[in-house]
Amino acid sequence: MFANFSSIALTILGALTWGLLLGGISRSVTARIHGRMGPRVTQNFIDLWKLFRKTSSIHHGGMFWMAPMFRITGAICVLIMVPLVVGQNITYNMSFAGDVFLLIYIMFFGCLGMALGAGNSGHPYAVIAVSRGLAQMSSYELSFSIAVVAIAVGLHTFKIEGIVAAQQAGITSWNIFRFPFASAGALLAFLPMQMAYPFGIVLAPQEIPIGPPTEYSSRMLSFMFSGRALFGVAKLILFVSLLFGGASSWLGLFVKTFLLYMYPVVVSSVFPRFRTEQSIRFLWFIPTTLALVDLVRVML
Amino acid sequence: MYCNQPPEKPGNKKELLEKITNMARANSLWVTAYGTGCGSIELRPLGTSRFDMERFGIAMRPTPRQADVLIISGYLATKTLKRVIRVYEQIQDPKYIIALGSCTINGGMYFDSYNTLNVLDKYLPVDVYVMGCMPRPEAIIDGFSLLMQKIKDGRAHGWKHYKENLDYYRENQKKIITDWDLPDYNW
Repeated sequence: MFANFSSIALTILGALTWGLLLGGISRSVTARIHGRMGPRVTQNFIDLWKLFRKTSSIHHGGMFWMAPMFRITGAICVLIMVPLVVGQNITYNMSFAGDVFLLIYIMFFGCLGMALGAGNSGHPYAVIAVSRGLAQMSSYELSFSIAVVAIAVGLHTFKIEGIVAAQQAGITSWNIFRFPFASAGALLAFLPMQMAYPFGIVLAPQEIPIGPPTEYSSRMLSFMFSGRALFGVAKLILFVSLLFGGASSWLGLFVKTFLLYMYPVVVSSVFPRFRTEQSIRFLWFIPTTLALVDLVRVML
Repeated sequence: MYCNQPPEKPGNKKELLEKITNMARANSLWVTAYGTGCGSIELRPLGTSRFDMERFGIAMRPTPRQADVLIISGYLATKTLKRVIRVYEQIQDPKYIIALGSCTINGGMYFDSYNTLNVLDKYLPVDVYVMGCMPRPEAIIDGFSLLMQKIKDGRAHGWKHYKENLDYYRENQKKIITDWDLPDYNW
């Protein structure tokens, strides 16, 4: 039991560090694409510590305070329900506890809590961003869910452990090769999940500056930053487990999550932003159709 | 005569924590994106590849809730003062003000104008002045590095001074804002 708890604690701490470091690297990469030097890769740690030590005197009701906790809780739940390294049972944490549908629900739960908190702040920009975010989320969740169902039906298991175990017979057994259309749909849905352009309509700095966290400051903002870093890593590990055969070693885990993280960063750097209706129309048609193709193929 | 108090130990834990935090504060300055005067045109190039303020950890934030620094960019009109007070007081502590240009120091070319403030630090606590009309981006970066050094040394106390002497500042502010309808403090 103690080993299990310490493994979970180390997973959370490690994911937070890796998430913040990945954020720093992405800022540097984006800056280099712009032709700038950019900040140091540890900049996110510095920002987080500064925010944590700032005073806060802002109050907008109970939900406002609880929202970052919802997000962190959602991220931690996703994180500990996905096995990290295949074969090392200690890193499986709580992966026995639920299947992929529970994971999708918990991912939605974290974002929903955030939306309620941002709505409670009463700032018009936050409310606009929340309505955009929820509309977009229900669009990409559709294609992502269909892709997951296609994979699960094809492999005859909804357990994340089973999906990972089914991909251990070499690189060609990875789901990205066995279910190429569903994988393409899921990877297109990954862009709005990471709030990458052209789907960055939630934060949209030129229209609704910063969006949901407009009223958040100081320690609350530092919790939100931590939640975002944790959530980012949780989603990366989930996608690696679903599509890229899981990780057979720690090095494999870091390399795969790093490369997967760079995909929205690079796409984001070269694309302009969709309007809300363009984003939703795209997500309803292209990734959903791709995922459906594989679902139909598997069902037949 | 003898001292019955134990000597204070230098470098105790709290001081060390504050020093580390000051290093973080100095290397992560978030600026409220609010231009009060003509000088804000010189702020834009700071984000470009030529000057790249992000390499010092300086970033623009669209909301005062998340900012640390307020830049008074050039002349401050009497009409703008009320908005600037609201923005400044909504920034969470610790917070700093950089004043750009001659206008904030002594009114500059608007020294005898009926609607421009002459000496900014009568109304708001200025941590760093950057002189010039207008200061170039290099000068603004120099101002930022001065502010960073002040924060690291623990000398950037403008926000404390403002709270301790709020009556003095309010009196001066109310001389300018005749239709005062702000609360006691804008949280």
